[in-house]
Formats: sequence, C-alpha cells, structure tokens
Amino acid sequence: MRLVEAVLNGDRLALARLLTQVEQGTPAGLKALDMLFQHTGKAYLIGVTGSPGSGKSSLVNRLVYALRHPIGDASPKRVAVIAVDPSSPFSGGALLGDRVRMRDLAGDAGVFIRSMASRGNLGGLARATVSSAQVLDAAGFEVILIETVGAGQAEVDIARLADTILVVGTPGMGDEIQAIKAGILEIADILVINKADQPGVEEAEQFLRMMVETALTQKDTDDEGKRWSPPIVRTIALRGEGVQNLLDVIQQHAAHLENSGQSQERVRHRLEYDLINRVQERLLARWWGEVAEAAFREMLERIYRREISPCQAAEQLVEVTNQL
Amino acid sequence: MLVEQIALEFGMRERKIRVLIAKPGLDGHDRGAKVVARALRDAGMEVIYTGLRQTPEMIAEAALQEDVDAVGLSILSGAHLALAPRVVALLRAQGQERVSVFVGGIIPNEDIPLLLQAGVKAVYGPGVSTSKIAEEIRQYVAAVSDEIVR
Repeated sequence: MRLVEAVLNGDRLALARLLTQVEQGTPAGLKALDMLFQHTGKAYLIGVTGSPGSGKSSLVNRLVYALRHPIGDASPKRVAVIAVDPSSPFSGGALLGDRVRMRDLAGDAGVFIRSMASRGNLGGLARATVSSAQVLDAAGFEVILIETVGAGQAEVDIARLADTILVVGTPGMGDEIQAIKAGILEIADILVINKADQPGVEEAEQFLRMMVETALTQKDTDDEGKRWSPPIVRTIALRGEGVQNLLDVIQQHAAHLENSGQSQERVRHRLEYDLINRVQERLLARWWGEVAEAAFREMLERIYRREISPCQAAEQLVEVTNQL
Repeated sequence: MLVEQIALEFGMRERKIRVLIAKPGLDGHDRGAKVVARALRDAGMEVIYTGLRQTPEMIAEAALQEDVDAVGLSILSGAHLALAPRVVALLRAQGQERVSVFVGGIIPNEDIPLLLQAGVKAVYGPGVSTSKIAEEIRQYVAAVSDEIVR
C-alpha cells in the first residue's frame, strides 16, 4: 500500500491523509493500521488532562517546544500532538481551537499537530485516538502528547492510553480543584498547578497534597518498588516557567515505570483495552447488520408501553441474531 | 435518532467536512472569522481555528497536518491580493490540489476576479448569510470527492 510506505518514509501529507482514513474507519485505513502495527510500540505517550481553561494547550505548546530545544547535548525529539476537543451533540460539528495556543511550534518539521473531534465519544478522547496514536508511533514520532477534552471526573480514558498522565489544575478556584478531585485525580501520575502566579497557589497545593495523601491510597501497592506518589509541579505555561522542571519530573516517572517493570504492564493494559474496544465495536456492528430495524423499533414500542423490560428486550434482540 | 447515530459510528462512519479558518496578516479583527467558524460547526463541520496573525506558510502547514477539505481566510487589512494567492500556491505546492480556499472580509469588487483567477473558490463579503457559505463549501467538497476517488 503506497500510503503506508509513504508514511513510514516520513511523508507528512501521506500521514495526514492516513490519519483521516483511520479516523473514518475506512477499509483502507483499517488495512493500513494492520500493516503499521509491527512498527508501533516505540513512542512515549504523555496524556494531558484537566478542567477546561486550565491551560492544557499552552502547556503542551511549551512542553513540545522544550522537547524540540533541549538543554545541553541531548538531541531534539520528534514530537506529535493529538488535541481532542468535544463535538457538538446537536450539530455533530466541532470547533477545534487548540492550535491557537500552539503557534510557537509552527514551521518545525519535527512536530506534527492533529486536532480531533470527540465525535460523541465520552471519556475525553475520540474513538479513533488510540488508532491515530498508533499511526504517529509507526511514523517515527518519539514522543506523543495527547490532550484530552477539558475533563471533569469521568473523562479518564487517557489513563488506559498514556505512559505518563498529567492532570492540570489552576489555583484560586477551589471549586475547580474540587471538580477534578475524584476519578481524575486518581489517574494522575503528575499533578500540575498551572497559572501558578495567581493567588491561591499555596492553598491549591495544600489541597492537592492532602488529596494525594488520602484519596490516592488505593493506588498504593504493597510492593514498595512500584509505589509512586504523584508529585505536584507548579508551572506558568504562558511564560514557560516550570516547564523544564516538569519535563524532568516526566522523565523521572518514565524511569520509575521502567525500573519497576510497570511500563510493560501499562503497555499490556493498553493493548487489552484496545482489543476489548475493537471486539465491542465489531460485535455491535455485526448485530446491527443482522437485526431488522423493524424488530428493533417494535421492541422499543413494547418497552415504551411497559409490556417488556429493557433487560428482557435486549436479551431477545440479541437472541434473534444468535439464531441467524 | 440515537440508534442511527450509533449505527453510523460503528458501521460506516460519516465523512466529516474539515475546514481550517485562519486570519493571515496583521489586522486583529477576528470577529468575522469566529462567526463563520461557529456557523460551520453548527452546520455539522469540524472547524480548526488557528487564531490571529498567521503567515501563509503557517496556514498551509496547518492545513496539511489537519488534512482539511477547505481553508477559509478572513482578511480585513487590504493585503488580500498578496496573502490569498500565496496560501493557494503553497497548498498546491504541497500537493493539496483538492483543498478549496475561500476568502471573507472587506474585498473591493474589482479585486474579486483577481482572487478567483489565483485559485480562490469564492469571496464572501459582509452580509453574506453563513448558511450560504456552509452550503457552498459542501458543494465544493462534494464536487472534489466525485472527481478524485480517495
């Protein structure tokens, strides 16, 4: 397949077009994914999540810039960004504005930024985000940053995709810190307090420290070597302050995963999650192909009339296709 | 209907039209660009908004990475004859022959034929309805998809 070869040879237009195919789930896109899979597994995936307006895009902008302009003799990494924004549930359209904050990265051939609409998927990512990350991985990007939609408590899919997860909050907004407290704090590998020049940063850090020490105990294991308490890092993304330190902490986390054997574990989990998703997708597609729409509508009416429970109805609808 | 949506998602996924909206040049008036961006979103398109003061090179590169079907340029500075043809030329040089470019803003009537000659698909001045813009973009994209089998 020409598109696959071109992508492996670093052709950016081919890469962009393949990402579209993959996002649409076309036969060509799926075929390409199969062919590219053996080239994946090399990239380091960093997830960036947190409440809307916390400065995720600005932070990604700075992190990528720092990776492209390393201090000392380190060679710059090739970096890709996937920025996910929500689709409108009404029109199905989307306004993808993360690039506005990433203008420092323009004109750098070592950077590739792709905006994705969530297309109705819950969980903070788009359905095709996993596949898109695989394509970018195969295309030779060494670091892939994935920015989720502005997330509250439930958008934790990124936990199953990334190696290191940054949860970004801001000071001065007690409610906002509250809003990110439950599920999303538990997935954090590193907690970032962005806009750290704003008042309330001490309180925010204290609060987060308390959360780390109490709510996150479930993440602890008996295995000393695997234990990782999420560090709290202050940044001012607009001015680039604290960004180098954040990169250092990310590297420490990467080293911790490596030394404790957890990086293998994470990869296994990621693949397992991906497999389950693809099985679900296939089963549903097959079922939808086989069930008669009229039968489905009829069942819906019967539920509406309270003649049958949704549970029984589902059971019967699935049985119909089993008999085929 | 919910079930159609799910079927679409899982079976044949819909081809979404992707549009890049950019403001090249130095004027800082982005109201029009934002109105059009929002209208196209409400028409079901995925709109990548890149913000103010973009160079033609930045716009062409963003259009490439995002694999858009159309690029909308909002220009109120009077520099449209320099900026728009440059964006078209850069897109074509990158191999993006299929991308339709349209221009909005304050464009004198006598300049419109020059822009069209340079490869701009359409020019939308003040007062054009956003639904007309959405409809025409849809037509351009459909025409191109017929022409080139992906």
